[in-house]
Amino acid sequence: MSDGYLDMELLRFTTAGSVDDGKSTLIGRLLFDSKSIFEDQLLSVENSSKKKGLGHVDLSLLTDGLKDEREQGITIDVAYRYFATPKRKFIIADTPGHIQYTRNMVTGASTANLALILVDARKGVIEQTCRHSFIASLLQIPHIIVCVNKMDLVDYSEEAYDKVVKQYEDFAAKLDVKDIRFIPISALHGDNVVNKSEKTPWFHGGTLLHELETIHIASDENHIDCRFPVQTVIRPHSDEYHDYRGYAGRVSGGIFKPGDAVTVLPSGLTSKIKSIDTADGPIAEAFPPMSVTLTLEDDIDISRGDMIVRDNNQPKAVQDIDVMLCWMNNKGPLPRAKYTLFHTSNEVKAIIKEVQYKVDINTLHRMEEDKDIKSNEIARVQLRTTKPLLVDSYRRNRNTGSIILVDEATNETVAAGMII
Amino acid sequence: MARYNLTHLKELEAESIFIIREVFAQFENPGILFSGGKDSIVVTHLARKAFWPAKIPFPLVHIDTGHNFPETIDFRDNLVKELGVNLVVASVQKSIDAGRVREETGKNASRNWLQITTLLDSIEENKFDALMGGARRDEEKARAKERFFSHRDEFGQWDPKNQRPELWNLFNGKKNQGEHFRVFPISNWTEMDVWQYILSENIDIPSLYIAHEREVIRRDGTWLPKSEFTQLREGEKIEKKKIRFRTLGDITITGGIESDADTLEKIVFEVSALRQTERGNRSDDKRSETAMEDRKKEGYF
Repeated sequence: MSDGYLDMELLRFTTAGSVDDGKSTLIGRLLFDSKSIFEDQLLSVENSSKKKGLGHVDLSLLTDGLKDEREQGITIDVAYRYFATPKRKFIIADTPGHIQYTRNMVTGASTANLALILVDARKGVIEQTCRHSFIASLLQIPHIIVCVNKMDLVDYSEEAYDKVVKQYEDFAAKLDVKDIRFIPISALHGDNVVNKSEKTPWFHGGTLLHELETIHIASDENHIDCRFPVQTVIRPHSDEYHDYRGYAGRVSGGIFKPGDAVTVLPSGLTSKIKSIDTADGPIAEAFPPMSVTLTLEDDIDISRGDMIVRDNNQPKAVQDIDVMLCWMNNKGPLPRAKYTLFHTSNEVKAIIKEVQYKVDINTLHRMEEDKDIKSNEIARVQLRTTKPLLVDSYRRNRNTGSIILVDEATNETVAAGMII
Repeated sequence: MARYNLTHLKELEAESIFIIREVFAQFENPGILFSGGKDSIVVTHLARKAFWPAKIPFPLVHIDTGHNFPETIDFRDNLVKELGVNLVVASVQKSIDAGRVREETGKNASRNWLQITTLLDSIEENKFDALMGGARRDEEKARAKERFFSHRDEFGQWDPKNQRPELWNLFNGKKNQGEHFRVFPISNWTEMDVWQYILSENIDIPSLYIAHEREVIRRDGTWLPKSEFTQLREGEKIEKKKIRFRTLGDITITGGIESDADTLEKIVFEVSALRQTERGNRSDDKRSETAMEDRKKEGYF
């Protein structure tokens, strides 16, 4: 067999939607056609569908694995599905369209390279389309593919397709997304999903799978601003590596090379990179999202939570932080409540100092009167932290621009934030 | 491939190493649940890479049902010696002898459920606050909903409806006294990824995974290995077949498949063509539609 798998990339994408827009059918088709559904899985889903009295095979039962989900026919949580073609491995974060949609869509979007948005060709852009697109934009998903679905029900009309595209483009002008593509499909009949449809000769773009396999994702990471949050310090204390002191972490931005002049924050001490180590041997450069170990020329005191950066390109050190906050807990924040804030490998205490406005995620309108944050709402707030944090704007770097808030009493993750 | 892009295996590896280092940094007394199966072998391999050139800074923990493939135990002992790490063995037989649990009887008896008590007792006794395991989301539908950092209450129970959202690379390991976490560093790997990784990293695995002539019994649509713990039922006979195992669990419940895949390359090829999930040969999952979720809620892996 070929060694093709040694040359495959990983693409993470998110889908959202309700039962009737054809999302399950589309995912089902991608999984079927890439042979990622197994016979025993299919048999079990067929049996469960029959037991529930359904006339069709309900593919959501593949991952709606929890008893409550199966009994109530709802998806409670983000479901992760996997498939691969000879070119790429795909991770789908499939999020439910209704229950706690904001919380789940934000979670699924946080690690995605691409958002797949389904629009019914007959209905055009609806509230749910706006909501999903806004969250994709807020979470800075680099690529959006809009699938204009159910083309079979509009006789594969170019006019109908153009109308939806125009409608979406008008709406998307308000969004901050770099790359939006459109494909006319019929998930049910497979048009332009894996194979090019003969019924849309007027469409000259690639099929959905072709786009998923070829869209350029290497530039999705920040390769400019060098950021290395130290996770832990490696000290072997063995005879062979007696004086070894390595700083382990994941490159969160930029490209590091041996010999680079670096500054360690917050201390501000400077040194040079001596080596970039991995268990497979030293390497010549490290870039996101690699997990490596750095050693420095000088012996300086570095611990978890510190950040190694380049001398001439440093993040801001701030204690008052403006963020777009998505509230995820069932209970809203209490006035003056203190939270533990997680940012890169750092933990500090934080309070919500001020709520500036809430966002209506269906219309994108700012709500400046009602500042009472409730579950699944998005608001622009100012946080105050006990110690300065080393931050970049989320727009510039998703790794150093994101935070979560943890409730001190319950230890639950109550909110996620994107630094402005 | 573009210059500043990783292959899917390298990206999965980087993610898993990040998780394992995060466990070391956030918890006081972690361990790796080690069954001798391929997934826990891969997690151990990743842990070695995460802390190199230091040794893995936590023990391997084996929940021993007593119904092992003898080869798995030899493999475990050699690996522990080679890595220079501690091994903690928690024995289901001891839990039975001490009256903590009662052995199942009847024709489908297994020690699968009994492991839960032994595991939870071991967590309490050794004061583990995080145990890493090789469970993957593609394996089973209840596991598809698992977090990387999965919280367990003071009774060791999982509450699938009240899980903490996980975003970006931010993992919340906060807990109260007496609670613990299960952590799944290879959550995003598929069976295929695991095999491709074993092949590309040349990782040593028990030869049970490789096709070989073995003595087996045909039962419930699968080939069960002959062992001192498996009683022949009426109409059953011991046969010789070329068999390999896709998963390694308790010897009494782990079925093999007929296969000619006697090298890692052939296994990767075979896995890409297989049309049944790997847990399809595990009778522990066949007891009911939600067998895995029920066990997990009680504290299972």
